[in-house]
Amino acid sequence: MSTATHKLLKGATGDWEMVIGMEIHAQVTSNAKLFSGASTEFGGEPNTHVSLVDAAMPGMLPVINEECVRQAVRTGLGLNARINLRSVFDRKNYFYPDSPQGYQISQYKSPVVGEGEVLVELDGGRSVTIGIERLHLEQDAGKLLHDRSPTMSNVDLNRCGVALMEIVSKPDIRDAEQAKAYVTKLRSILRYLGTCDGDMEKGSLRADVNVSVRKPGGPLGTRCEIKNMNSITFIGQAIEYEARRQIEILEDGGQIDQETRLYDPNKGETRSMRSKEEAHDYRYFPDPDLLPLEFSQEFVDALRSKLPELPDQKKTRFIADFGLSAYDASVLVAERESAVFYETVLDKLANRAGDGKLAANWVINELFGRLNKEGRDIAGSPVNAEQLAAIIDLIGEGTISGKIAKDLFEIVWQEGGDPRTLVESRGMKQVTDLSAIEKVVDDIIAANPDKAAQVKDKPQSLGWFVGQVMKASGGKANPQSVNDLLKSKLGL
Amino acid sequence: MTDLTSLTLAEARKGLADKTFTSLELTDAHLSAIEAARVLNAFVMETPDQARAMAREADGKIAKGDAGPLAGIPLGIKDLFATKGVRTTACSKILGNFVPTYESTVTSQLWRDGAVMLGKLNNDEFAMGSSNETSCFGPVGNPWRRDGSNTTLVPGGSSGGSASAVAALLCMGATATDTGGSIRQPAAFTATVGIKPTYGRCSRWGIVAFASSLDQAGPIARSVRDAAMLLRSMAGHDPKDTTSVDIPVPDYEAAIGKSVKGMKIGIPREYRLDGMPAEIEKLWSEGAAWLKAAGAELVEVSLPHTKYALPAYYIVAPAEASSNLARYDGVRYGLREPAKNIIELYENTRASGFGAEVKRRVMIGTYVLSAGYYDAYYLRAQKVRTLIKKDFEDCFAKGVDAILTPATPSAAFGIGEKGGADPVEMYLNDIFTVTVNMAGLPGIAVPAGKDAQGLPLGLQLIGRPFDEETLFSLGEVIEQAAGRFTPARWW
Repeated sequence: MSTATHKLLKGATGDWEMVIGMEIHAQVTSNAKLFSGASTEFGGEPNTHVSLVDAAMPGMLPVINEECVRQAVRTGLGLNARINLRSVFDRKNYFYPDSPQGYQISQYKSPVVGEGEVLVELDGGRSVTIGIERLHLEQDAGKLLHDRSPTMSNVDLNRCGVALMEIVSKPDIRDAEQAKAYVTKLRSILRYLGTCDGDMEKGSLRADVNVSVRKPGGPLGTRCEIKNMNSITFIGQAIEYEARRQIEILEDGGQIDQETRLYDPNKGETRSMRSKEEAHDYRYFPDPDLLPLEFSQEFVDALRSKLPELPDQKKTRFIADFGLSAYDASVLVAERESAVFYETVLDKLANRAGDGKLAANWVINELFGRLNKEGRDIAGSPVNAEQLAAIIDLIGEGTISGKIAKDLFEIVWQEGGDPRTLVESRGMKQVTDLSAIEKVVDDIIAANPDKAAQVKDKPQSLGWFVGQVMKASGGKANPQSVNDLLKSKLGL
Repeated sequence: MTDLTSLTLAEARKGLADKTFTSLELTDAHLSAIEAARVLNAFVMETPDQARAMAREADGKIAKGDAGPLAGIPLGIKDLFATKGVRTTACSKILGNFVPTYESTVTSQLWRDGAVMLGKLNNDEFAMGSSNETSCFGPVGNPWRRDGSNTTLVPGGSSGGSASAVAALLCMGATATDTGGSIRQPAAFTATVGIKPTYGRCSRWGIVAFASSLDQAGPIARSVRDAAMLLRSMAGHDPKDTTSVDIPVPDYEAAIGKSVKGMKIGIPREYRLDGMPAEIEKLWSEGAAWLKAAGAELVEVSLPHTKYALPAYYIVAPAEASSNLARYDGVRYGLREPAKNIIELYENTRASGFGAEVKRRVMIGTYVLSAGYYDAYYLRAQKVRTLIKKDFEDCFAKGVDAILTPATPSAAFGIGEKGGADPVEMYLNDIFTVTVNMAGLPGIAVPAGKDAQGLPLGLQLIGRPFDEETLFSLGEVIEQAAGRFTPARWW
């Protein structure tokens, strides 16, 4: 499905192509865990959000949290994916202290969501469609703490049993840029849906990245899986490193061992975690404590009808309604918070339809530009949507010029306050009173008779007069009025 | 006053209601009986203080006319049921001195209805066994002996403590669980009544799991009526167990004495095993004749996949068990053996905590679920299970109301007599009962006679899903015809 050209890596034997697939683990936004009533709140004291079920006490049974099912279905719909009305929970058996049951409840053969796709935008207006293989629900594990005792490890089960969505892509990704853009887009969709907060620092979103290399168009190579990536930047770095490592081995006549690897961001390299031979036999089988997960098409349709507008739809609408460029629209919808900010500005504008494009320019160039420069995010913006809308209204209605507006923005940024009041109190209002401007125009013409004489032969020198008048008025004169007045006085 | 321990539950209920005696007196009588019968090893934990406190509470409620259906009735609880504040071990060393902070749904419903807990009853370790010899607390003695013999026999298993205690009049009834016959086989071995209800009828919440898709709780009692009374309190939908079924619990006792006239009773051809003892054959014919005399119609039926049931069961049950028992790892509760690292902790704890039979089943279960073997074993066994279920469905579709079979292929045997060299010898005990679990159907075992050595034998009735009432009606007919059996006291 790739419509974008992608990056090839140069080796001694020519070009190599990367083939990348991802498994994203996204923590479901829900109050309670997947199979127990314990809280999912982040950051509690160890083992304070643990139910009898989570601790796998004898005789305890899992009961599905329907909210988690709804979130998975909503996510599936957001990924344009097939929703399976019947799916099955399986047990994935392995021993580890972070898994009290001795198995993880997951979905193996019959996931709740089937194939879908995600449109991913790249730089330069390129885009690529990445296929989704499946999405399934499963339990998160607890956390081992190794720093509390010199001889023993402790285990914190607060996260144990929290619902995760594992979103598996098809191996459609071809380079690090696409991989990063894919994760970014997926995270954006999840945040729009409100099904995962996408907070990678807290571990709400983690990725396992499968990387292999091949000669362009050749057969697939052996893949390695880089586990547990929790930063988009590191994902890019790890892919580049891993692909080069594999190319080097292959070009030296070696072969790739299928294995699980970890990325060390300090050293910028991946290293082996376990080989295929050491891989677990998880002995999957349907969990006999749980009935198959079944729901009706009506249940799905009801969720579909209440889905929020997603970034792709929003982008299309912004272009159609406000004449935004595709690039500007993409920038505005990339993060849910940005889009919400822009739309709040729109809602506050006096002339929504006419000033939508102007508002987009202000949000992107002035506000985002300034926020980026100061390393702040939209939530921490000193200028709120209402203030920005007021500034844009003042421009639109001709009360201030664009240039004055930038000064006003700066004042609001630094000091806060209502832009309209500030314009009044600081005398920033554009002067449209012809008599006031006329005096200035007359003075300038009188002081520059040579230039006034020349202007009939060189009409382009009118701009000099305009500049002089504006300067003399402190930028407050209405440029159009100045222009008209000069033209008539100079006989143009 | 008559010996209060010899009453049936129904008789005791009347005595309590009439204020002929108090629950405290009834409870004390049973506590004394338990004390005198310790040689049977039926109880692994006696809770006399709690029993008396519960009895006093029940007496108070009876006095106020506020008595639940089981008010003041002293019961024994299989050690597989979690009991809040009372040690619960599934008779495995690996649970050590585990004391739950929660009460199983089934037992909490019994307490809700006013019953009194006498203590926890012995069982095969994690309910894996047919003789109660795999318990970490040692074997249970059957109150029955062969005529003229001093050999102690097994009470069957896994609910051996429950069956022995009810037969020896140590408690008025007991909770039990049945995964492949663990209620019905010990009931048959001790001349007690045991019913395994339809899968989903009782909540599994708070019962130590053996094989989740087969496990089901039920009572062992002194009479069919007693069993009906107990099941009514034990059964019911539980939102905490999603495999429990949300349909109303009928008044099972109302089915007792109901006419069975015109009922169609299936006699399955495939249950007539080669080399089956003549006395089992005779018992079966006798049972059929009693039902016929009561107006039921007998029809020969075919359950063609019966012979695959036991092998398939010994794949499905261990597979689930191997996963269910993974939580006993020495990390959070129960036994923990010293170790240098986590792998050693698992190995040491599980090696010393599990007994031989449990280990065998965990190994079998792990094997049949392994990559490369899953399709050949587990998946195939599940297909067989579907066929077994269909056998019964076809049979019921032809208008059969219940199926009559022997409960066991023999009477009780001596401790150490079976399964020493070949575990399959022990597994064969469940040949008539496992099909019922595989199909999720209700099955009742009712005492029906004695063998030549004076040991009790039982018959099994298998019913349609959630039609326990028909089993109680038919069971009552057999009980009326065969009479009730009480062992001669030797302990």
